[in-house]
Amino acid sequence: MARERHDYDDIPGTFVFDAERSRQGYGINMFCMSLMKDENRKAFKANEAEYLKKFKLTPEQTDAILKRDYNRMLELGGNIYFTAKLGATDGHSFQHLAALMTGSTQQDYAAMMLGGGRSIDGNRSRSGKNAPSEHLRAGGANKSASAKRKAKPRSKTRSAKRK
Amino acid sequence: MARIVAGIGSSHVPAIGAALDNGKTEEPYWKRIFSGFEKSQDWMRETKPDVAIIVYNDHASAFSVEMIPTFALGCAAEFPPADEGWGPRPVPVVKGHPALASHIAQSVILDEFDLTICNKMEVDHGMTVPMNLLFGKVEKSGHWPCPVIPLAVNVVMYPPPTGHRCFMLGRAIRKAVESYPEDLKVVIFGTGGLSHQISGPRAGLINSKWDKNFLDNLSNNPQKLVKIPHIDYMREAGAEGIEMVMWLIMRGALDDKVDEVYRFYTVPASNTAVGHIILANRGRGGARKSAAKAKRSAGKLKRAAAQAKIERIRG
Repeated sequence: MARERHDYDDIPGTFVFDAERSRQGYGINMFCMSLMKDENRKAFKANEAEYLKKFKLTPEQTDAILKRDYNRMLELGGNIYFTAKLGATDGHSFQHLAALMTGSTQQDYAAMMLGGGRSIDGNRSRSGKNAPSEHLRAGGANKSASAKRKAKPRSKTRSAKRK
Repeated sequence: MARIVAGIGSSHVPAIGAALDNGKTEEPYWKRIFSGFEKSQDWMRETKPDVAIIVYNDHASAFSVEMIPTFALGCAAEFPPADEGWGPRPVPVVKGHPALASHIAQSVILDEFDLTICNKMEVDHGMTVPMNLLFGKVEKSGHWPCPVIPLAVNVVMYPPPTGHRCFMLGRAIRKAVESYPEDLKVVIFGTGGLSHQISGPRAGLINSKWDKNFLDNLSNNPQKLVKIPHIDYMREAGAEGIEMVMWLIMRGALDDKVDEVYRFYTVPASNTAVGHIILANRGRGGARKSAAKAKRSAGKLKRAAAQAKIERIRG
């Protein structure tokens, strides 16, 4: 059965971990959860494909895990708090995974975060719903105030970079 | 009777805990964050709560995908820190307050909130990081300054409870606390957020304008916030930014009109916008004295914050 359509499917670059994905991705997430134990981490690293046979996974899910295709894992029902355990088992920092999922280098990703993060402008919608939430507008912040706020993280960034 | 004197909002970024545990608090990147909580720790020492109710979410530590309770209240006598894959955080076991917790459970369930009761539960960074930010560093062999009642909320699997539902649960918790016979000073934490997305190609999203607006309304106009649909949180504040609904449980447990004692906001900690706020009830009857005290310390904090800002600019 095709995936049911939801309003949040319109958010770009986002796989919402909903009840349907939770059901489909049960095997992925239980596999990831098993990596909390050292003996399991060792068994997985010794023979990944063999270890994965212990879990109820579709061939696509197995393939995504073996290839460390984190976005595909999310699409097939993995949840980030669980898949992060796979990243940790590989000895990677979370930022490494974040960079991987966004298709950038870790250095570029880190620089983006220090610069105040990914902008919301142009990243709200696949279908052109680019106006800010009416609940955001309701606050009545004026333009100059928001410009001031924007400047704040940047100045902090500079002090952070000095380290 | 027991009473809620204040609410605290705080992010619970795991990397903050790691920075504390690994002695990185003096590095400029982290000092920027920890220094924003120094005044809050003074306030907490002055307020001396008897109990803290901490609303947080578990991150695949105590709850896997086998059971996903929407609201889970910790009624145990103690809550050990969970092993999140690098060994448990080196913090003391969190002592609970089983008597008040079970009283709250009984009261809010009869108020039609169907809680899950946890008589055995480990707690992860979602709870212990805000505790460190507000109570300071506590050695593993030491003691947290007060018992804690954990309230774990599912914000991992969509859909989490609505903002309105969270707010109303806060109301019911307040009613429960106020019907507890012992004189106890209670604070309630809402944790998580603010804007952040850590999954998928849009990871790294931060929306400071949204965050600022959320904090403003949390303080002055929470009724505006309870109407926000989930799609707006996810679109504007990131897929994981939806954690912010947990702050509405805290807000629902407070008076309609509150005093904003303190606020702090900085970007980033790891992948997240760090937000923090302290809101004090103005108090009625027996609570008045402590509210006045909170207000005095609010003035003190504001002056101190202004001074710190001046020093930053000069420095």
